[in-house]
Amino acid sequence: METILAITVGAFFAASIYLMLSRKLVRVLMGIAILGNAVNLLIFTSGRLLREVPPIIPAHAYVPEAITANPLPQALVLTAIVISFSFFAFFLVLGYRAYQELGTDDMLEMRVAEPVNEPEPPLGY
Amino acid sequence: MPFQGVEATFWALLAPFVAAAFGPWLTRHLKHNAAWILAVPPAAIFLFFLSFVPEVSGGAVFRASMPWVPSLQVEFSVFLDGLSVLFALLISGIGTFVVLYAGGYLKGHAHQGRFFSFLFLFMGAMLGVVLADNFLTLFVFWELTSITSFLLIGFDHLRTASRRSAIQALVVTGAGGMALLAGLLLTWQASGTMEMSQLLASGDVLRESSLYLPVFILICLGAFTKSAQFPFHFWLPNAMEAPTPVSAYLHSATMVKAGVYLLMRMHPVLGDTTIWMTVLPLFGGVTLLVGTFLGLRQTDLKLVLAYTTVASLGLLVMLTGTSSAEAIRGAVLYLFAHSLFKGALFMAVGTIDHEAGTRDMRYLGGLRKAMPITFTAALLAALSMAGLPPFLGFVAKEVLYNGTWTLGSGAAILTLVAVAGNAMMFALAAIVALKPFLGKPVDTPKHAHEGPILLYAGPVVLAACGLIAGLFVASAGHLFADPMTLAVSGEPVHGELHLIPAHINAALFLSLGTIALGITLYIYQDKARAFASKTLETIGWGPDKGFDQFINACVILASKLTRTVQTGSMVTYMRLTFSVLLLVLFVPMIATASWPSLIPSELPSVLESCILALALIGLYAVLTAKNRVTAMVSLGVSGFAVAVIYFLFGAPDLSFTQFMVETLSVVILALVMTRLNLHNKDSRGSAAKLFDAGLATLVGLGFTLALAGVTQQPFDASLSEFFTQFSRSIAHGRNIVNVILVDFRGFDTIGEISVVMVTGLCVLALIRVRSNYTPPADPEANKAEANS
Amino acid sequence: MNTVIFRTVAPFLTALMLLFSVFVLLRGHNEPGGGFIGGLIAVSAFAILGIACGVAAVRRALVMHPMSVAASGLLLAVASVLPSLFKSQAAMTSQWLEFTLFDTPIALSTPMFFDIGVYLVVVGAITSIALSLEERESD
Repeated sequence: METILAITVGAFFAASIYLMLSRKLVRVLMGIAILGNAVNLLIFTSGRLLREVPPIIPAHAYVPEAITANPLPQALVLTAIVISFSFFAFFLVLGYRAYQELGTDDMLEMRVAEPVNEPEPPLGY
Repeated sequence: MPFQGVEATFWALLAPFVAAAFGPWLTRHLKHNAAWILAVPPAAIFLFFLSFVPEVSGGAVFRASMPWVPSLQVEFSVFLDGLSVLFALLISGIGTFVVLYAGGYLKGHAHQGRFFSFLFLFMGAMLGVVLADNFLTLFVFWELTSITSFLLIGFDHLRTASRRSAIQALVVTGAGGMALLAGLLLTWQASGTMEMSQLLASGDVLRESSLYLPVFILICLGAFTKSAQFPFHFWLPNAMEAPTPVSAYLHSATMVKAGVYLLMRMHPVLGDTTIWMTVLPLFGGVTLLVGTFLGLRQTDLKLVLAYTTVASLGLLVMLTGTSSAEAIRGAVLYLFAHSLFKGALFMAVGTIDHEAGTRDMRYLGGLRKAMPITFTAALLAALSMAGLPPFLGFVAKEVLYNGTWTLGSGAAILTLVAVAGNAMMFALAAIVALKPFLGKPVDTPKHAHEGPILLYAGPVVLAACGLIAGLFVASAGHLFADPMTLAVSGEPVHGELHLIPAHINAALFLSLGTIALGITLYIYQDKARAFASKTLETIGWGPDKGFDQFINACVILASKLTRTVQTGSMVTYMRLTFSVLLLVLFVPMIATASWPSLIPSELPSVLESCILALALIGLYAVLTAKNRVTAMVSLGVSGFAVAVIYFLFGAPDLSFTQFMVETLSVVILALVMTRLNLHNKDSRGSAAKLFDAGLATLVGLGFTLALAGVTQQPFDASLSEFFTQFSRSIAHGRNIVNVILVDFRGFDTIGEISVVMVTGLCVLALIRVRSNYTPPADPEANKAEANS
Repeated sequence: MNTVIFRTVAPFLTALMLLFSVFVLLRGHNEPGGGFIGGLIAVSAFAILGIACGVAAVRRALVMHPMSVAASGLLLAVASVLPSLFKSQAAMTSQWLEFTLFDTPIALSTPMFFDIGVYLVVVGAITSIALSLEERESD
């Protein structure tokens, strides 16, 4: 089962990278959103899979009675989901403001930090 | 820390820094008269070190230490012997008069307080250099002298020449400092000690070590850059951009001697080898000749003095390089005499500049009536510099001639160089002391008159010291020079010093020859100047010019490199990043030839297959969507599919969170999208698309293989089992995931919610802050406009 | 989306979702749930209210600025680290206080306050993001 999910994770990565390499702001943003899912699934799968038994201890016991799903990657992924969401929001707003200020959604034309015809640095003291 | 004994040295080291902190405040209230109060700390330090002289001259050494970085066995330690005490006396004694002089010289200057502050910082740093026992302490203070020198040279920072000189001095001495650090660390490795006092007691350990050569080269680099030896001499004359008190103090009497100090300090363990006795006299001798020759062509009195300082430093290095006790005795006496006369001459020239408005000898003359005290001081100092009796300079010259002469016929060249250099220095001393004062009075830019006491106190006292030390040379030698010679050469010197030579010897004839040559040069000075200028014009290139070329080359290279590496194209950066990621994923698998099998061991159920298919269809739809809405909805679909996957594999918490997050993502994406007219159209060409698709597929395949490989390894569940076992019994929680989040790994969660919080703040700032940025005008359009 | 039905239902829906979010938050220690999920549910509630009745209504309903809510949450989470220090235990060791009120066993604990802190940070920060985006939408 892990192997099948590994293939799925690969597909998520491939889609996200393809989107991020395209020059349009919207596609890059969507690529970032998919990248978050890809990484979360990667961590989740690497903790091994077990069907339908959540890591919850029954009310009358002190340890789970049967073997449960691995709780550790779940804890890691839970916070990762929230953080990747807040970062997605941040990138979204960043892209949105960049579009407003620069008037373009093409990565190749966003050159404020490194302008095309940057003057030579001054020589002398 | 006690206030007496060797431990009190720490207080003496601290005092200049305290004075540096209070200097500006005092100056604000008392104006230039603050100098009288500020001169107290250095004077007190002088007296403090003077109290060590009787014991040190008897051969005693002192050491005190405090823990500094105990884990690295680094101590903050001081070491007092004949060498460091004489240097400390020079630093504090001359420092006292330089502070007074600065009070008069910068009277009314807006930043006089800042100047005092820098000056005291330097004084503390320099004391630290000569007193430090620990290598790291030495290095820290050494660099601090470079930095304060930078600040003082660039004091008048509105002028380009000042800035250039300051940067030049910092680069040259700073680079030397790095070499010194490396040299000291290698010394540590070779000798096993970081304390100078222990190193000096280690005998031949360093000389016999295989690291001797690198240590020697690195220490020499440090010393030569600091002490302005050829070919690093160029920064010192340029440092004359600094106000005159700085030139008198840092760039003649003290800081530039730090290199000589270092060589003398290391002489007992590094010296007396063939390479030492080849390299040092060679560079020292060349520096002596080059310095005096370059000094001959100058008409600016301060520059003349600067070049003679270079020459004197060369002489000192040359003599230290002979490793003979007699020559080193000459070097010590000369160092002592030089600090006194050169300090006095610099201050006298500064006074002329201050009161007459120029220091160019072509526009000066006949000042003896207007400035009698300055004239007297300059004359006394110049007589010492020229090496005439009964001044200390004369004794120094006798001893050093004697030292080189007794080396034997092989070292005759050294004697010859010394005579030639000294003859030129004689002429230059005469020029500086006589030219502005004798002859007919000339109209100067300012009406010349004698300066205030603050200005002439320093030159008069220092010049008088040179005379007194010369007259009582036997006691001066016994108290100051001989202990230092002992510390440097490692063997006691014999015989008292005499002002009047006890018998006619070679040194006396050499002195007479020097004087005769010097007088001839003085008479033909105009011809000599013309000859020197012509020679230099013929050569046309010097290290000074080379420095500019070097700095410019660095800037150009850096800018070229930046443009090559940082093209400014986001797409290129991303492609590079993912290509590196590809290598990281595949290289280990190829190298170890460990390919995981991609054949699933079990088949997914129907429900699972449907959900996985839904996720992949969602992805495909995002990639091929023709409009934004389709893309957004497809993104949501793949996200919900992931949520269901979590649910199917026993993670209800993740599943709920994912559902909420996907919903909110689509909502905020929609909020932004409906407002902006963003295109979802892929504007890449087919070749680019093909390349990107290939790269993306390969990276995806890499992740698939890596993940499959990981999951096919045996699983170490010990950590998960720990959490499962103790979730209820210790943390009283039955939802293990939640217990991990809020209890077991709570600190991680604090970090994570802080990140969420910070992104919230960033978004708020991004939305609220409006910039005034306007896109840069198209240069082509401007051109077209200009043409029309 | 500004239909009358939606605008009428939205406040009730929001209230219900908020109540549910608190329920999810508090049961989180023993059953699926917790601060992150609860917080996200609450954010959705505010988002719905914002879309239906406007950002101003949400700001009124929240009383405090959303970032202040987030900041107090972070403060609460950090504060829950401290009680263990008074008992000379390692920082963040959980402290429990169990008692019975009207025949109902109640357990107060530092992890619970920590989880409430997480809840408040998520609610505050993400509501702030959503509101500032909606606000730009309206002007």
